[in-house]
Amino acid sequence: MYLLATDWFFIIEKLILIALVVTLSMIVAMYATYGERKVAAFIQDRIGPNRAGPFGLLQPLADGGKLFFKEEIIPLASSKFLFVLGPVLAMVTALLTSAVIPWGSPAVIAGRTVPLQVADINIGILYVFGVVSLGVYGIMIGGWASNNKFSLLAAIRGASQMISYELAMGLSLIAVLMLTGSLQMSTIVQNQLDNGWNIIYQPLGFLIFFICALAECNRTPFDLPEAESELNFGYHQEYSSMKLGFYLFAEYINMFISGVIMSTLYFGGYDIPFVNEASWGISQNLLAFISFVVLLCKAFFFVFVFMWIRWTVPRFRFDQLMHLGWKRLVPLALVNMLITALVVLLLNK
Amino acid sequence: MGIQYTNRAKPVDRSPMTWVERLYLWNILKGMAITLKHFFKKKPTIQYPEQTRTFSKVFRGLHILNRDEEGRERCTACGLCAVACPAEAITMEAAEREEGEEHLYREEKYAAKYEINMLRCIFCGYCEDACPKDAIYLSQTFTPANYNRKGFIYKKEDLLIPNPVTEPEAYQKALGTISRENQITEEVN
Amino acid sequence: MGITQILFWILTVAALFSAIMVISSKNPVHSVLWLVAAFFTISGHYILLNAQFLAIVNIIVYAGAIMVLFLFVIMLMNLNKSTEPLKNRWLQIVGIVSGGCLLLVLVAALKNTEVSKNMAEMGTGEAGLIKTLGRELFTTFVVPFEISSILFLSAMVGAVVIGKK
Repeated sequence: MYLLATDWFFIIEKLILIALVVTLSMIVAMYATYGERKVAAFIQDRIGPNRAGPFGLLQPLADGGKLFFKEEIIPLASSKFLFVLGPVLAMVTALLTSAVIPWGSPAVIAGRTVPLQVADINIGILYVFGVVSLGVYGIMIGGWASNNKFSLLAAIRGASQMISYELAMGLSLIAVLMLTGSLQMSTIVQNQLDNGWNIIYQPLGFLIFFICALAECNRTPFDLPEAESELNFGYHQEYSSMKLGFYLFAEYINMFISGVIMSTLYFGGYDIPFVNEASWGISQNLLAFISFVVLLCKAFFFVFVFMWIRWTVPRFRFDQLMHLGWKRLVPLALVNMLITALVVLLLNK
Repeated sequence: MGIQYTNRAKPVDRSPMTWVERLYLWNILKGMAITLKHFFKKKPTIQYPEQTRTFSKVFRGLHILNRDEEGRERCTACGLCAVACPAEAITMEAAEREEGEEHLYREEKYAAKYEINMLRCIFCGYCEDACPKDAIYLSQTFTPANYNRKGFIYKKEDLLIPNPVTEPEAYQKALGTISRENQITEEVN
Repeated sequence: MGITQILFWILTVAALFSAIMVISSKNPVHSVLWLVAAFFTISGHYILLNAQFLAIVNIIVYAGAIMVLFLFVIMLMNLNKSTEPLKNRWLQIVGIVSGGCLLLVLVAALKNTEVSKNMAEMGTGEAGLIKTLGRELFTTFVVPFEISSILFLSAMVGAVVIGKK
């Protein structure tokens, strides 16, 4: 009888939402690979892929097909299960983060207000943080299961990088939490709708967060874990076929999601800048759609900046990386946190 | 100071970094401005199979064995090209023209076999200079890629220009690439 | 049985299974990964108790940080069959005895607790939410909280001092 009492509409709504979010992340990640190649080409005065389909738009499909048909190689003396688990974990952790993001203002479907958010839990930011901290496992397990010293070293290099930068990231987030007084993602966005974007109050915090996001996504200038051209290709050296594809794909999903999170935390989420959308008098569903598109635009901008940086700045040395993380960003984030706390305290008095 | 090659030479600046430089961010922003400028620059790419780069007039490409206006082969297998060839890429076998073959060969002697090994050829154009009969020219096309070495040894059939009598269009097309020779000589004269 | 109960039983079975796998796996790396799985199931239990903050902090701190360090060490140690410790018969007997003692103590301790009165509130309690937790920490338990933070600070200073050497 219990099953009858459950709100089936609610469950179906959430399932559809999850499916949509996952599909969206996948498609965006697919075209991020295309975007990366195009951006790289344009910055290097080239044209980039333009043969597969109009403007090369089918290139991601061709790349995916190629990866699928490549030979799968599993090292003989490795733990087979863990070797497969590595890329799966990388992919899953990359996709999990999107669950707490408010994708747009609520829509109304069949008389019900449907928030465009999979789960509005009251520890939203901590959830993001937790999932990001799990991203290390994909790298470490994959690197270890490859049974290769270079992979293992690269995995450890990557893991220590991620752990180091998580710290400064968390500290810079605390300042945002102080401003909002809540960990809930929807509250953070609502707060920015009312009081202006967080970037105005937290420029330094955003800078730290942005740098840490680069490091967490293993993007240049912090791409030592994979370092395609040197350092023996990093933790996925032994991987081939779609398992390698999963690792590469997870990176692009991470990039997209971190772009979305940055826009949510610092750039007003789905807020349409400079206008008061409530006075437009358009239907709520249309408004939800427009706000969703606005959020996507913000996220795409950050993805573009990630790529732009990749093709501008060379890779750090490992000691420089650690120096920046521990001796520069962590104290800076602490100072930022203290100043924010002080100001919040004084203003609330 | 040693020899100065350009006026762009800049002595290495080893003074300690200023505060802004140590901050590192400003220089990154400057670098990103440069890359963004390149982002909007005109791209010099040539879409190869559809577009081709125009070669200079003196470009030396794949060889062509020429015919005269009636479609007769000009080559008399004198071997001067083979002698001139520094890479020793040309081999040929001569044969005597039989009765009733006057429409095929211009003179009494002709090349029964004429081969150029394109893997050896350095496209210097000495064969073209050496030829007394205007029989060999370097055209303005590349040597296409091939899967095996045999494909790079070009036989007489591969080298001969299309017959102007039977295939005038193809002949004109192939001629288009060598007619510049006459222009150059005219200019020189 | 409601969904909460079903989830509870699934999580319990998973937690016990992964806990057993931690001690029975031959490969230390597998042990660590099973331990991570155990932490996840425990976090699931926290969520059932509506203690979302505890659940996520459990994942961040234990699964995300401490177990990664464990993995670091184990992966670098190059453990294999030849480095396995010798199996001494006496050692085994001592192990059984001490394990039995621990079991006895646990059973004795749990026997006297009044389980029926302190039944956990499923999905409704507010004790684990961050607001309640923060208020408790900074009012009732402020002294132990600050003492422990000083302890952590001294540990950090100690680590820096050792690192400077």
